[in-house]
Amino acid sequence: MNAMIGQPVRRREDVRFITGRGRYTDDISLAGQGYAAFARSPYARARIVSIDTTGAKTTPGVVGVFTGADLTAAGIGALPCGWLVKSTDGSDMKVAPRPPLAATQVNFVGEPYAIVVGETLAAARAGVDALEADFEELEASANLASAMEGVQIHDGIERNLSFHWALGDAAAVDAAFARAKHLTTLTFANNRLIPNAIEPRACVAAYDAASDEITLYTTSQNPHLERLILAAFVGLAPEHKLRVVSPDVGGGFGSKIFVYPEETAAAWAARALNRPVKWTAERSESFLSDAHGRDHLTTAELALDDAGTFLGLRVRTRANLGAYLSTFGSSVPTYLYGTLLAGQYCTPAIHVEVDGVYTNTAPVDAYRGAGRPEATYVIERIVETAARELGVDPAELRRRNFIQPDQFPYETPVALVYDTGDYQQSLERAQKLADVAGFPARRAAAAAKGLRRGLGYSCYIEACGLAPSQLAISLGAGVGLYESGEIRVNPTGSVTVFTGSHSHGQGHETTFAQVVAGKFGIPIEQVEVVHGDTGRVEFGLGTYGSRSLAVGGSALVKSADKIIEKGRRISGHLMETAPDQVDFEDGVYKARGTNRRMTFGEVALAAYVPANFPEGLEPGLSEKTFYDPKNFTYPAGAHIAEVEVDPETGVVKVVAFTAVDDFGTVINPMIVEGQVHGGVAQGIGQALLELGAYDESGQLVTGSFMDYAMPRADDLPSFSVDTTVTPCTHNPLGAKGCGEAGAIGAPAAVMNAVTDALGVKDVAMPASPERVWRALRGA
Amino acid sequence: MKVSITVNGAPREAEVAPNTLLVELLRGSFGLTGTHVGCDTSQCGACTVRLDGKAVKSCTVLAAQAEGCEVTTIEGLGAPGALHPLQAAFQETHALQCGFCTPGMIMGALDLIESGERLDEASVRAGLDGNYCRCTGYHNIVRAVLLAAGANA
Ligand code: FES
Ligand code: FES
Repeated sequence: MNAMIGQPVRRREDVRFITGRGRYTDDISLAGQGYAAFARSPYARARIVSIDTTGAKTTPGVVGVFTGADLTAAGIGALPCGWLVKSTDGSDMKVAPRPPLAATQVNFVGEPYAIVVGETLAAARAGVDALEADFEELEASANLASAMEGVQIHDGIERNLSFHWALGDAAAVDAAFARAKHLTTLTFANNRLIPNAIEPRACVAAYDAASDEITLYTTSQNPHLERLILAAFVGLAPEHKLRVVSPDVGGGFGSKIFVYPEETAAAWAARALNRPVKWTAERSESFLSDAHGRDHLTTAELALDDAGTFLGLRVRTRANLGAYLSTFGSSVPTYLYGTLLAGQYCTPAIHVEVDGVYTNTAPVDAYRGAGRPEATYVIERIVETAARELGVDPAELRRRNFIQPDQFPYETPVALVYDTGDYQQSLERAQKLADVAGFPARRAAAAAKGLRRGLGYSCYIEACGLAPSQLAISLGAGVGLYESGEIRVNPTGSVTVFTGSHSHGQGHETTFAQVVAGKFGIPIEQVEVVHGDTGRVEFGLGTYGSRSLAVGGSALVKSADKIIEKGRRISGHLMETAPDQVDFEDGVYKARGTNRRMTFGEVALAAYVPANFPEGLEPGLSEKTFYDPKNFTYPAGAHIAEVEVDPETGVVKVVAFTAVDDFGTVINPMIVEGQVHGGVAQGIGQALLELGAYDESGQLVTGSFMDYAMPRADDLPSFSVDTTVTPCTHNPLGAKGCGEAGAIGAPAAVMNAVTDALGVKDVAMPASPERVWRALRGA
Repeated sequence: MKVSITVNGAPREAEVAPNTLLVELLRGSFGLTGTHVGCDTSQCGACTVRLDGKAVKSCTVLAAQAEGCEVTTIEGLGAPGALHPLQAAFQETHALQCGFCTPGMIMGALDLIESGERLDEASVRAGLDGNYCRCTGYHNIVRAVLLAAGANA
């Protein structure tokens, strides 16, 4: 029993944030630091003819100017992609090397080709202005739709195709389609998004000549992975001479998983100049150079029989990789996408083909949900469309095809085994909460005001808790996907927890402390959670893919169990009772059948004052675990959006949004609700507002908050959120993960509602007023 | 040039360039890093502070313009153990996640609360229009502001 599980404990980290005491990377200043600015390509594609650094070097206040050639000469290698995807012909994906600073050719607008360090930021910027770079502009392939027929971007990569990947049984799908009584087809784009965490990326790097060690403070979701990549692949410094610290990080949503050119160059420059170097992105740099998300073109076909049973699903996707493969860019449109195409349904035959295509745009990688929102969008849009075509209630069509609770574990035709779930239950709960029964009346009332009201569902599933190393490595991952968790019980009975997970808004300092305090039966105030520092935490794989609690939290449960066991041996010895006769309950060890007892604190002290420990019982009370799950977790749920469209202006308003999610066991319902709210907001943003757009020449058209619309407070409604619970069957917490659900489920729900309101088959995302207005006029 | 500003109740002086922004002065010379910078186009509100009792985006104000003024930053609002009701409401309602937008959000919302107007969900949402939050979806921020407004009423 863990009394802290399920409690909406207020967050302990909040106190520093609400009083201005947070410590984000840009808040860190080191004595003698220089400031870095980057020279960035104004062209989508150009050959670097020459770079004259004389003017920059003689600019007052400039202390260092380095180009790609300098880094190459120093042996700094390319930034790698960590997931090897194979094409259907068995060949490896084609990788275009990505140097931290472009040396011979630039391939997207904003790609850095030089770093200038100044005594002040103004000096560094003046130095950038004084650089004389001579480019020969080349024709670009910036448009995903035509990139495979366009000019070849990289030597040796024909048709700009990195891989042609497929999953599933094509013959079985063909056979299903031959039997089908009804076919629904949709072709659409999953719009390109720019993550825009409100804290821009930043770093401060320092070199200590005495220890030959680089310390890199940076906005990373996974500092250990950053260190591993910079050491093993990039060659910045040996792993034991590199410390990476991610202090408070102001949101990530995936975009801060990756190893970027800027921190690589800044850290290298700090050593070359033997003085600290600081860099903070301006928002316009973030737009140009953070990894973007989504950006698919897809055609999907669903085959059904007379009764509306799904027979087969065929999906063809062209995925934009950007100019280079970012850290996990190859896995997102393949293993995190194709494997999810069964959704919540018993579709017996599925086949998906994906072309991973280079374009002269910023690299595309994981953004909240990463592949799973794209998969959900495909399934949930086509299921809803099929229902409308068949004249069946969309909820009823889903119900007919749901995987039933007694079918778990359920093996899908696209390589996953779902452990547990109850999709019908979430859907019913959501329908009640959203008062679907009252919708016709609301629609009529809206019509009376000249507004069109629509309702849309999205029953999503995700594979989270990334995840089993064996599976991931067999599919091409370059690293394992376990997590480490160490617990040190101090002599006075307080507890320090070291986790390889990283919190950048998720509230681990509270949730993880709840888990550990509850295990030990001690007040939460006695537990400190340490994360985000390779100098303090042994190893970790970080936070993404809704994995922290399911994997990182489970590691801590295992470590806590080991500590409780050791405490049993210590207290058993001191109470002269066999360890298996000692019970641990509510923070007290009790010798069974006697009145002898020791508190957790007494046992902690005894562990460090081993007066007469027997042979084989070591002093100390500290344990660690590398937890590697057996399977992914499968959060799932039902989202219902209700929208009102003003036919005069085309403006869409989300008037209600309901989310009922099954995240398995919930540790802190308050934090979980917050995660859903944030995800839903980003999903609504994708559906109605956000579009990362390049023009034909490869210039980013949406390069500021003036052109890229993110949801503001008055663009959104309050949300109605609830959970159902089928505990995950294979981790000790029963937790599945909740961070991405909103962003995964919401876009399809909103677009189903918009198309319902308009009475049209499809509208492109984002459903901007102009697009909606045109759709209403058939233009 | 020299500027003299009262910051969080204490007189401060600093040497600044004519084009130094107020936010640069606060974060730099004054070391008040609770005020954040989230954009370069005056659109995110992360830098919001109070200038003579009114919310301003400190990235759009020159340090020189604050000469002789009173500036309140998040650090001047309340401290751990002695939180301002709005700060307390943010924690109580889970109105922050990464916390990066939070100082600006709180300083901006103070204007709403002190406006004396009767606040409801719609007016709070409209009033927070100048502040981006990418984490919370605003749901709990709206609750926090309404809670604090009620507590003040
Ligand atoms: S920093 Fe964004 S508005 Fe001031
Ligand atoms: S809490 Fe992260 S941006 Fe608002």
